[in-house]
This record gives sequence, C-alpha cells and structure tokens, in this order.
Amino acid sequence: MNRKQKKMLVRIIIAAVLMIALHFAYEIFGEQKAEDGTLLNEGGIREPVWFLLYMIPYLVVGYDILKKAFKGILNRQVFDENFLMVVATVGAIAVALVEQNGDYTEAIAVMLFYQIGELFQSYAVGKSRRNISALMDIRPDYANIEEDGKLTKVDPDEVECGSIIVVQPGEKVPIDGIVEEGRTTLNTSALTGESLPREALPGDEVISGCINMTGVIRVRTTKEFGESTVSKILDLVENSSSRKSRSEDFISRFARYYTPAVCASALALAILPPLFLLVTGGAPAWGSWIYRALTFLVISCPCALVISIPLTFFAGIGGAGNVGILVKGSNYLEALSRTGVVAFDKTGTMTKGVFEVNGIHHSGMENDKLLEYAAHAECFSSHPIAKSIIRCYQEGMSWKLDKSTGEAVPVRNDGHKMVHGDHRIRRERVSSVEEIGGNGVRAVVDGHELLVGNSKLLAANGIEAMKCRSVGTVVHVAMDGEYAGHILISDVIKPTAMEAIKALKQAGVRRSVMLTGDAKTVADSVAKELGIGEVRSELLPADKVSVLETLLAEKKGKEVLAFVGDGINDAPVLSRADIGIAMGALGSDAAIEAADVVLMDDDPAKIAKAIRVARKCMRIVYENIYFAIGIKLLCLVLGAFGIANMWMAIFADVGVMVLAVINAIRALFVKKL
Amino acid sequence: MKKSYKIEVDCANCANKMEEAAKKTAGVKDCVVNFMALKMNVEFEDGTDPKAVMQEVLKNCKKVEDDCEIFL
Repeated sequence: MNRKQKKMLVRIIIAAVLMIALHFAYEIFGEQKAEDGTLLNEGGIREPVWFLLYMIPYLVVGYDILKKAFKGILNRQVFDENFLMVVATVGAIAVALVEQNGDYTEAIAVMLFYQIGELFQSYAVGKSRRNISALMDIRPDYANIEEDGKLTKVDPDEVECGSIIVVQPGEKVPIDGIVEEGRTTLNTSALTGESLPREALPGDEVISGCINMTGVIRVRTTKEFGESTVSKILDLVENSSSRKSRSEDFISRFARYYTPAVCASALALAILPPLFLLVTGGAPAWGSWIYRALTFLVISCPCALVISIPLTFFAGIGGAGNVGILVKGSNYLEALSRTGVVAFDKTGTMTKGVFEVNGIHHSGMENDKLLEYAAHAECFSSHPIAKSIIRCYQEGMSWKLDKSTGEAVPVRNDGHKMVHGDHRIRRERVSSVEEIGGNGVRAVVDGHELLVGNSKLLAANGIEAMKCRSVGTVVHVAMDGEYAGHILISDVIKPTAMEAIKALKQAGVRRSVMLTGDAKTVADSVAKELGIGEVRSELLPADKVSVLETLLAEKKGKEVLAFVGDGINDAPVLSRADIGIAMGALGSDAAIEAADVVLMDDDPAKIAKAIRVARKCMRIVYENIYFAIGIKLLCLVLGAFGIANMWMAIFADVGVMVLAVINAIRALFVKKL
Repeated sequence: MKKSYKIEVDCANCANKMEEAAKKTAGVKDCVVNFMALKMNVEFEDGTDPKAVMQEVLKNCKKVEDDCEIFL
C-alpha cells in the first residue's frame, strides 16, 4: 500500500469507529420518540447536536469526494460518480434532518463503503500493475563502454552503432549486437517468457533486454538504442492502450448517457409520484419518495463497469505479456477471441527453418558409423548441409527403426539418454580431402576412401545411388567404391507444432490453412504429418496476399482470420489479415511493426494460447457487463418500488464493483491456460 | 515532437478522461495515456513549446480528474 492508500485506510477506520460509537450513543443518550412523536425520555441530547456529531465521521471519510464533486461542477464535469455520491449522501442527511429521526448512519455508511470500494480498487490496480511491471522492467539504464582500459557507464542512447560495449554478469544487454569476445548464458525470460537460458558465444547475436547471467561479454552493437529490440518492445507495450476495444468504447459511450439518464430518472422518481399523489388527493409522502430516489442514485453509480472493463483488458494484456505474447491493443485481444480461421506460413512458423539430419536409409553399416564417416569427410566444409551432418554426429543420436518403413529415424538425446561413444571430430583421421564443386567431397578417413555428396557425384564415379522416397535433401555416401547408404536432411518440424494444431482445433478454430512458397511434395508431407487439412503451396509472396483475400471472403459471420508468420517476408500478409500474428519476433523489427500480436519466442503452441487468453479475457468482460448491469437493473427496480433500502443500494454499488474488480484481476492469471 | 511523461492516476477511466482532456489542449497533436505503464505520451504540434503546453495539459487534466498528477 502506498502513502495515499494508507491515509485513506486510516480515515475509513476512524470514520467507521466514530459512526458505530455514535450509533450506540444515540440509542442510549438520544431522544426516544414514540410513534406519534411524543417524547419518551427526558434529558436526551437534542437533535442539532447529533447532526453536528454525525457530521464529523461523514466529513472525515468524505471530504475529498465533496471537494471533487464541487470542483467537477465548477469545471462542468457534473455527472460523475463523485457527484452521484454527494447528492445521495447529502440527500439522505437532509431527509434524516427533516424527519428528525437521527438516522444519519446510512448516509455515512454509503460514503464509507464507497471509499472502501475505491481503496480496494486502487489497491487491486496497484497490485496488478506491479505484476505486469515485471515485463516493463527490461529497460536498460546504462551501457558500459571501455575507454583506456576503464569501464564508463553511458546513456544507451549515446552509444553509436558499431561500437563495442561490455556487458557484465547481472546486467541487461542494453543494445542489440553481436558477441565479439567472451561466452555466457542469457536469461531471456523477460522477453519471451521462456525460462530456459540461452547460450551466447562469439559470433552469436544478442538481443537487448536479455539479462547476462554468467560471463563478461563484449558486444559490437549492430543498432542504435532507439532501433533496438528493447526500445521497440517498450514502445509497443507503452502504446498498447491507444487502441481501444469495442467493449471499452461501448462502456465509455454507455457511461456518457447513462449517468445523466439515471440522474433524470431519480429526479423524476423524487418529484412525479408525490405530485401525482398530491393531485389525486393522497398524502404526497415526499420524504419516502426522495429516499427512494436517493437509493436509486446510489445503486446506479456506474463504477463497476467503467472501472472493471478497462481493468480486465489491462490485466489480460499484462497476463499475456508475462507468457511472452505481446498484444498491441485491447481491440486485438477482442478480435483474437473470435478467431475462426488461422492461416500460417510453413518455414519458420511450423518448421524450424534450419536443416537437420532427419534419417539414414539403406545403410550397409551401423547408422552411427555411417554418420561418423560422413561427418569426418565433411569436417573441413562450411556448407550448411555439411554442418548439419557434423552437428548431428556431435550431438550423438540414437536411431530407432520405424517399423512401417523399415527406415532408421533419429531420436534426439534429451540429455537423459546415454550418448554412445565419443562423438568428437578428429581431423587427424582424415587424410586427403577434395571438394568436388557443388556435388560433394572425396575424402580418405581411417584409410577408407569416401564419397559424400549427391547422386551426380556417385554416378561420376560409377556407383549407382539408391533413390530416396522421403522429402528433403539427400546426401549419398559411398565407401571404397561401394554404395553405403544415404543421409536425409530436411527442415525439421517444430516439436510443438503438432500439439499446436490440435490445440487450435480445441480452441474452436474451424479452419486452418498452410500457405507456403515451398514445393508441393514438401508442403503436403508437412501438412499430413501435422494434420493440417488445407495447403496452398508454391506461392510467391504476392500470391500469399491473394490467397488470403479469398480466405477472407470465405469467412463466416463474425469470425476473424488470423495469419501467423515469422515476419521475415510476411509483412504484407500480416497486415492484410484481420489479425497478424508474428512469431519468433526477437530481432525482427518488420514483424513487430506489421503484426498486431507478437509471439516473443517461436513456439507455435503460443498461437492457441493467445486465443485462449483472449477468450478468457473477453469472457470476463462479458461476465462483468451482464453481472453489473443485471444486478443494478434489479436493484433499481426494487429501489423504485421502495423494496430496496440504502444498504442494498450500497451492495449494488460497492459490492458489485469489488466483485467485478476481483473478476477482472482473474484475466491476469493465464500461465496455466 | 513526441515526449513521454510519468503520471499518477487512480483508475482506468480517469486515465481515459485525462487523455481526452490532453487531446483537447491547444498545441497537442495527439496524446496517449497508458494506464498500465502510468505514462502519458504527448505529440506536440510543430513550433509549440512543450513546457508551456504541458502546463496547460496539466491544468486541463486537473479539471477533469482532480486526483491526477503529471510529473513534468
């Protein structure tokens, strides 16, 4: 609690104690009157004294509301909740004064509970803001520059692109760059929600906003601070409230007409029935009708709505941010909840976009042995395919036989499985190496002559290569003039991709379509494996937009089409879709700018998660709207007929608000969704 | 020109009111109040003095929401 809230709490306690004390004092020392108004006890304290005594707790708890309402009238901001409260409480006091019944407690209680509600709300907001501010805590305060062997701290804004900065353990990387020297692990959880630390070696790109955990690194900056990831993200988060959702617009429009309308009906309730009774010759009963009108006013205070709806979105965006989903505005959260069609890119979205060994086929020797020879033959090459073979060998894989095809499929060791043998590359085992332009290599490993390359290379040496039925790049291996098998290298489907598609279906996505520039065979096999029904392959970037147009035209009703891409060349499609979701956006500014929702890491399962977060948030918004308006209407009707008293009115106002705020805060908790 | 200011305000609706008030101030091209970050981003019209304009913005905000504060 901050100072202001503590002060308020003290005021509330003092006023509450005073009010209760006065209430009992009145029972004992007050004038007791019978039904007909005759005095029952002599020597009681007279009425004006009670009035003055009761005014003490009233003013203690409500003076600022009175001041605000007064200022509001001066500034022509008449119809706000302060005004409603003042009219209701002053009115209730006036009725009590006129009727001489000493019942001031109600007026004070209304004010008291109103303030309790405000205090609670301010506390809840502060609390959730602190929860969310963990995400905002990525702003680096300084950058270290080395000058004459000494480190000086400078404003990150002043660091020029291309200069060397030093990041020590425990510090945030202030500016995007490339590691020149040193190795360390980086904590990216503030950016991605991913708790697994990331390794950074010389030559690796580092992203601003990560926390350096273990070693000192020197980084050559590749961007200015203003262009760095951290600035872009902060900018995005800080401006996210500028785009208002329709529900929020509805509430602010609603509040604009609602309050004056309620004031007018309260006035009518206070005046018309007594006048009618007067005209028809009955007793006007002014006091009771004014009391009803005041009850009406207290009930109608729109706080529950005007506070809880923006708070829900605020909590929803914050909660999403904490799991690495940045939503640029509450309107996108609203749209996301209605997602019915999802179109996505293949490479980089559903697949890793990097090449990995995906199988070893027709091998005449042990798979590991074949890989070992191939890796050694390729160990002087820097070709991406050679690198992926070497990496596969070094990581050490176990192979499992796929019974349906009779092929060996790699099972990646996750650390808990034994790595068989020594998987280091020993260059001394390789004697002569000859690169055969674009086709492969000829090398001698352990005295065996090896040919590693495409079928052309083998054919040129009079060896027939076996055809591979699988999709991908095939590297054939021949040893001592004999065909030894081939290694299949292909783009790897992300481990969570299959779950992601399933989760999307569960989240109520009716149709999922994969758009890709890749060849039909590749696209079809990926789609089949993932269980995606529709594929559009061999698309140029411009074709993607036109395919998206047709998909947009085929939407049903109010549903929304989301496009998910890795943002590298998808910017036009991202901005054309109802909602553009960019993933793996760390470091890709184009994506951050074009997309409406940014998934900080490249896990496709986050797509369905984003939809679920949005659904939860919208569900809470509607719950609050229906609940608050429903209770209020009910109480208004009861109040108008004189059934609801001031206490019920307090519940309808403050109670509903507190419940709505608690409900709104739920939107923050999305970790387990 | 754009500038960002720290603000203090209690409720989301009050933040909306402040935004409206700031937008109506002369010299302010656009304004976004972020309740989440307690920040006010103001875009000034060309050739205006941000300091003088912000005094006006503060005055107008105080009118609609007495309890607010802008740290200039």
